[in-house]
Amino acid sequence: MKTLDLGGLGLDRGGHLLVRRALAEVDVGGRVQVEGADPALGVHLRAWARGRGHGFEPGPPPIVIRTSLEDQRWSGAVAAGDAARPSERASASWGLAARGARVEAGLAPLEFPLATRDQIWTDDAARLYARAAAAQWDPETAIDWGAPFELPDAVETAVVQVMTYLIENEVAALIVPARFLARIHPHFREILQILAVQAADEARHIEVFTRRALLKRPAPGLSTVGGQTSLRTLLEEPDFALASFLLSVLGEGSFLSLLWFLAEHGPDPITRQITTLAAQDEARHVAFGLSHLQHHAEREPGLRARMANAVEQRFAALQHTAGLNEEVFDALVLLAAGSWEPGAIARGFDAVVALRQDMDRGRRTRLARLGFDAEEAERLSSLHTRNFM
Amino acid sequence: MTTQIVLGAVAYDPKVVTIWEGFKAWFADQGLDFDYVLFSNYERQVQAHFDGVCNVAWNSPLAWLEAERLGARLGRRARAVVMRDSDCDLTSVVVARAGAGIAKLEDLRGKTIAVGASDSPQATLIPLGWLASHGLEPGRDFEVVKHEIAVGMHGDHVGGERHAARDLIEARVDAAAMIDANHLAFSADGTLPAGSTVIVGQTPTYDHCNFTVLDGIDAALLERFVSLLLGQSFEDPRVRPLLELEGLKRWLPGRTSGYALLDDAITRFGTIDSWLDTVSRRP
Ligand SMILES: [Fe+2]
Ligand SMILES: [Fe+2]
Repeated sequence: MKTLDLGGLGLDRGGHLLVRRALAEVDVGGRVQVEGADPALGVHLRAWARGRGHGFEPGPPPIVIRTSLEDQRWSGAVAAGDAARPSERASASWGLAARGARVEAGLAPLEFPLATRDQIWTDDAARLYARAAAAQWDPETAIDWGAPFELPDAVETAVVQVMTYLIENEVAALIVPARFLARIHPHFREILQILAVQAADEARHIEVFTRRALLKRPAPGLSTVGGQTSLRTLLEEPDFALASFLLSVLGEGSFLSLLWFLAEHGPDPITRQITTLAAQDEARHVAFGLSHLQHHAEREPGLRARMANAVEQRFAALQHTAGLNEEVFDALVLLAAGSWEPGAIARGFDAVVALRQDMDRGRRTRLARLGFDAEEAERLSSLHTRNFM
Repeated sequence: MTTQIVLGAVAYDPKVVTIWEGFKAWFADQGLDFDYVLFSNYERQVQAHFDGVCNVAWNSPLAWLEAERLGARLGRRARAVVMRDSDCDLTSVVVARAGAGIAKLEDLRGKTIAVGASDSPQATLIPLGWLASHGLEPGRDFEVVKHEIAVGMHGDHVGGERHAARDLIEARVDAAAMIDANHLAFSADGTLPAGSTVIVGQTPTYDHCNFTVLDGIDAALLERFVSLLLGQSFEDPRVRPLLELEGLKRWLPGRTSGYALLDDAITRFGTIDSWLDTVSRRP
């Protein structure tokens, strides 16, 4: 017989932990004699033991007799995969359990549509998440919102128009990963974490671009049907790989060029600061998209054809829309020009032409990294939406 | 002869539907035709059982005695066939505030004791009957404050005991009665702050609910029902949630040795006499 002395500790203040530990140290049928100074000990121990299927003798001192009933909860329990590396397929019966945890049998299945490693995984996931978590910045302190500047009226209008365009693109870039985030089995936690930080990045981008737009004006600029139609095709893509390809590789890849352009040609320090910081975040979004699509393409030989098809379909869907709105194009020229002086306008125009060439080069490079040959990469890049994203 | 188990149960909580729907599905998988009927109070259930509305009743200890006594008057025989492991060997306690000068039963003389609903075995009938058997007659030797919450549900609703505990802490009464498990629960959740109360007395052990049948039930059908219940294992993930909702680890064969305290109490207080008269005189 084992003896346990609870001292002054009662079962109403945690004494059951010690009783449970003592019971774990005896075999089924084993007896634990419990001593203690709490006058309610015998009353409480009887009620506690009865509720857990253990035997009880009142003594004094009272004795608890271990049964196996409480342990039976764990018969048939399974491990939710391996903590170190995700399984090929995550089971619906693991539910929300931590990877590698022991899951009680009988859990109602929790279905996540994206539960296969090949569809979503990259071995770089943990590293990419850590890098993203370390690179978070605070919009309040990272940007010198009080920096003094004075722009010609038309140039300020151009900046506001570009910000207006950026904001609606950032909203799409937030919604797309957020929607897939809720469809991915949490067994692939690094992917969930990456997408969550990515959504947080986009939330910051929305914030800083809005703040810049409203810095000197009471309202943002114009939003066109053509621009929104292009973004909506991203929201409607139900396939994770294809959505990721269109948004992250082609869209955010092109956006990267645009943000670098604004970081270089932005007419005021705040525009240059916010686009510099946003570009750093976007580079990570592009890197994750490329990384998991490379992983996926190695395992699904048909994926490249599906990606090419998605670009063509999107092109067909958008070919009768206006593409990039003139307001944005002209605003970019004027913003880069900095004044109405004809020579400056010419320089601004040349810069925007160079921007488009830069975007095209970037897309072709990334397509090549996904295994498209040069000719196919050139064709697909040329079919990418004129709205950039 | 019916080949269906129709269980009567009292709807003291919405979870009752979840429990018996779960059992119904499980019994169906085992090939037993099982259905259930819910009642708003135990007296209605016991009558309906005798009327053949159900052929098994999930009875409180008081409802069990009602069935047993009604059977005796009507020439029928009630049997307790299965109970929960947690229905066996319960006790109730009478509790006072620490430092109030109440340390033993005799100190309760002239005092006021809060109890549960008037038909609660654990929080009213058993403790009051037990005090009476120790020479402390309720109403004569001490005053009783009842908490008539969910009368007809025989104390299945915890509200009455919690009110009694609050009465005690807020010094509206000198002592309170409750089941041992609730004394532990109320002490742990702070309803009875640590060190604020002393246990003045603890009743001997008694038993709680059982599945009751009457003579005339098909023997093979009953045997199938009982053996399926006794075979339910806490290990089985399909059964475990049902057992947890119903508050047991395993089913045990019914026994009637644990109802003497309650039997004495209701004899002493005449608790169900007029109900018995009315029901047994029905045409
Ligand atoms: Fe962004
Ligand atoms: Fe992004």
